[in-house]
Amino acid sequence: MLELIDTYWLYFLVGQYPDGPLGGLSLTVLLSGAALLLAMPLGLLLGIARVSSHRLLSWPVAAVVQLVRGVPLLLVVFWVYFFLPAVTGVKTGQATTMLLVLVLFDSIYLAEIVAAGIRALPKGQLESARSLGLSYPQALRLVVLPQTLRNGLPSIVSQLVSTIKATSLGYIIGLSEVSFIATQVNTLVFTQAVEVYLILALSYFILCFGLSRLAFLLERRLQRRAVQAS
Amino acid sequence: MQFFDPTILQSGQYHDWLVQGLVLSLQLTAISFVFALPFGALVALMRTSTAAPLRAAGAAIVEGIRNVPLLAHLLFWYFAFPELLPEAAREFLYAHNPEAVCAVIALTLYSGVHMAEDIRSGIRAVPATQLEAARSLGLGRIQAVRLVLLPQALRASVPPLLSQTVNLWKDTSVATVIGAAEMMYQAARVETASFRSVEAFTFATLAYLSVSLLISLAAHLYQRRYPVRPA
Repeated sequence: MLELIDTYWLYFLVGQYPDGPLGGLSLTVLLSGAALLLAMPLGLLLGIARVSSHRLLSWPVAAVVQLVRGVPLLLVVFWVYFFLPAVTGVKTGQATTMLLVLVLFDSIYLAEIVAAGIRALPKGQLESARSLGLSYPQALRLVVLPQTLRNGLPSIVSQLVSTIKATSLGYIIGLSEVSFIATQVNTLVFTQAVEVYLILALSYFILCFGLSRLAFLLERRLQRRAVQAS
Repeated sequence: MQFFDPTILQSGQYHDWLVQGLVLSLQLTAISFVFALPFGALVALMRTSTAAPLRAAGAAIVEGIRNVPLLAHLLFWYFAFPELLPEAAREFLYAHNPEAVCAVIALTLYSGVHMAEDIRSGIRAVPATQLEAARSLGLGRIQAVRLVLLPQALRASVPPLLSQTVNLWKDTSVATVIGAAEMMYQAARVETASFRSVEAFTFATLAYLSVSLLISLAAHLYQRRYPVRPA
């Protein structure tokens, strides 16, 4: 196993870069981070729309949430991969396809996190902000959202873990992320499948377990602060 | 060529492929569920046990499986695991639909640890005083668990378990990566053979969506019929 790591570690980390596109573990990490960041503003808007008292706003969002949660991510990857080029006329690369799909899914899941956070906040917060003379958008921006986001931080970190795991589905359309690279290494060395796939599983584990510990620590800190405040 | 030709979904070879895929997806879900639920319950019991080594082992199982994507699990069980088997067992596996067997192993483990966490939070949602009160009324340890703790814990865990089943149903699609001929695989196969991608993917989308929505509806109805009562 050590010999395997010694020979292929660079390939595993960056793929063919700099002779080709960036791949491997760095692509996995970059892609998931970028997807979550890009999904953030969209998720915020959708989350606010979801708790809105206007049904014209909240119902379409609820319908989209049901739709996206009802189908596998993989199916959406296929739809986008086959139809985006047909509709736009531009050939879309694997990385762009995956980024689009991840942004779509992340913004939906972030919307649920934001909506749950807003609902969990005591009603008095919004009411007192309004009675102090702030408009609804101001009250949201200055009073509700900062608290919602802070309380939602552990869930957002967990969402990053899910996104990292979801990038592995790019494998199916030939995106050279870490699972795809591992399979290529497996083809090259041929007889060490157990070692290759254990290394793959371990790299995901270290990344995701580390992040989920971080989420756990954040959650505990927020709880302690809540106890002190009350 | 027509943009959307519904006739290929109603009969013929492509129809048969897609229906076969749907049936295998449903079978994978059902079989994995049957194995995952007891596995999850066992892990949940380990995690809530009073013995520290059991609790640690339960936590290691959950974290070790949950923090690796399902795709990596599938690759491991399909490409690596058979090499660890003795010769005879390996040949037996290769003779008996290895794609489906390995998919069931990976799906069972992956779905099982998520179910374990749902069951565990169901058990934790029952206040400790319930068990103490039952004990002080003269019930034995096992009786108290069976008559007081479990009914309340199960009532709280059924809705999350059902939504976990929706995830299991959607996750079967990933088994396409090891060549299990489930619905995603068959949709891609129809696409390759006929270029009728709109029809194939529409069929798959509607099938995934309707089963998911049916299970979600069941969860919703259960929650309305048996709401969790605060103790």
